[in-house]
Amino acid sequence: MTEVSVAKDSVAATDDLVVLSSVNKHFGALHVLQDIDLTIARGEVVVVIGPSGSGKSTLCRTINRLEAIDSGTILIDGKPLPDEGRELARLRADVGMVFQSFNLFAHKTVLENVMLGQVKVRRTDKHKAEEKARGLLDRVGVGTQADKYPAQLSGGQQQRVAIARALAMDPKVMLFDEPTSALDPEMINEVLEVMQQLARDGMTMVVVTHEMGFARSAANRVVFMADGRIVEEATPDQFFSNPRSDRAKDFLSKILHH
Amino acid sequence: MRRPRGAAHRGNPHAEAREIVFDFLEGYDLLGAFWVTVQLTLLSAVGSLIWGTLLAAMRVGPVPLMRGFGTAYVNIVRNIPLTVIILFTSLGLNQTLGISLGAHNFDTINFRLAVLGLIAYTSAFVCEAIRAGINTVPVGQAEAARAIGLSFTQVLTLIVLPQAFRSVVGPLTNVLIALTKNTTVAAAIGVAEAALLMKKMLENEAQLLLISAVFAFGFVCLTLPTGLILGWVGKKVAVKR
Ligand SMILES: Nc1ncnc2c1ncn2[C@@H]1O[C@H](COP(=O)(O)OP(=O)(O)OP(=O)(O)O)[C@@H](O)[C@H]1O
Ligand SMILES: [Mg+2]
Repeated sequence: MTEVSVAKDSVAATDDLVVLSSVNKHFGALHVLQDIDLTIARGEVVVVIGPSGSGKSTLCRTINRLEAIDSGTILIDGKPLPDEGRELARLRADVGMVFQSFNLFAHKTVLENVMLGQVKVRRTDKHKAEEKARGLLDRVGVGTQADKYPAQLSGGQQQRVAIARALAMDPKVMLFDEPTSALDPEMINEVLEVMQQLARDGMTMVVVTHEMGFARSAANRVVFMADGRIVEEATPDQFFSNPRSDRAKDFLSKILHH
Repeated sequence: MRRPRGAAHRGNPHAEAREIVFDFLEGYDLLGAFWVTVQLTLLSAVGSLIWGTLLAAMRVGPVPLMRGFGTAYVNIVRNIPLTVIILFTSLGLNQTLGISLGAHNFDTINFRLAVLGLIAYTSAFVCEAIRAGINTVPVGQAEAARAIGLSFTQVLTLIVLPQAFRSVVGPLTNVLIALTKNTTVAAAIGVAEAALLMKKMLENEAQLLLISAVFAFGFVCLTLPTGLILGWVGKKVAVKR
């Protein structure tokens, strides 16, 4: 990785959307992220995979600074992540995030969930925001649920609304932290299909998931993490059929044979 | 209370008896005193709701200095007896530092000082009630709000506080009822509210038990509606989860 990054610096603003260099993060004594170098190109879909506690969520959350890092740099579209404040809020609007537990605003309707960011952050006029929200809800297949409250929807529907809510901000990149692991099996596919379509449309995506089918069909690259380090990076085919590191072999044998 | 005696009840045999029993009220401005209590309560309630909410915002906010200030304020103020705070506004702020809060006559100055003291004290409890409510809202709500680019103030006012409100209403009702009764401490610096009048009447009249009962009834009349109205509001704002 590091050899190429020198050459890539000159085209940073055009090609590389997210660049992490020597990122370190501790939770007390625990060194959760250890010298992470990761570059994600515009339009690329990167799947992050690894055992529980390896730091996948933390990695995701540092990219929109829901977690602050201890050292290293993170560039989004060529600009370093700002500190807390107005600048940071603006940057977060450009980085969409989808959570494992959906986190739809419980006191607002589905439609209001998708309109809120447009109106309050982007200052879009209400009619335009509603039009766009309805369009996005149709696109993820929950257009008929617009006036319900999140609690009235199934998990799969809620997660698709959450994707629409993130898309409403026109993000440059979308982060997904195990978007299907809280879902019943029959609802996983409806969410994966929406994500697959998004990948085909050219969205830049970082996806923490153990869904191998999705990784194989949608990902350009698989990043394997263990103990706070990136242990292996490869194409999905290479990684799943021919992993190089022992950690990856061990991990794959466990998830493939359970 | 000072209407011409008997005029309203002429011809009613019970009226005569009632007038003799409540004879001791004659010459006292009971309504006027309770009106001062109501004013003390309302002004202090509004002030402490605002200041208490700001304190809560500081305590959950991202700025360490403000968090420290909020925590220190609450822990100091709620552990000082209200009487001491009220006396301090008069002896410390007014008589030593010469602060008169824009008023010129003695009564107005003391009234305003009492409101200030009540706000300073009550807001510590309002802050804790609101903070406890904020803690009932799942962190994911605030994270999702931050993730779409809302500012700290927007996250608080648009997402967290509206959802915290339901669990805040109950404790806040208790704080407001306590405030209503705490206004009696203003008597310590000579504010002519209900408790001061009661003290005067107890010194001058014989019907001690009746006088106490009248004032107790007066306070129940003030606090009961607060509980009922806020209880009703609490049910109205239930969040569907
Ligand atoms: N806020 C926190 N405070 C302290 N420790 C934390 C915190 N968040 C995560 N950790 C710890 O950091 C480590 C990495 O956590 P992280 O959630 O990033 O792992 P993960 O790879 O996403 O795991 P999983 O597959 O279980 O979601 C874990 O050991 C976790 O216990
Ligand atoms: Mg995780």
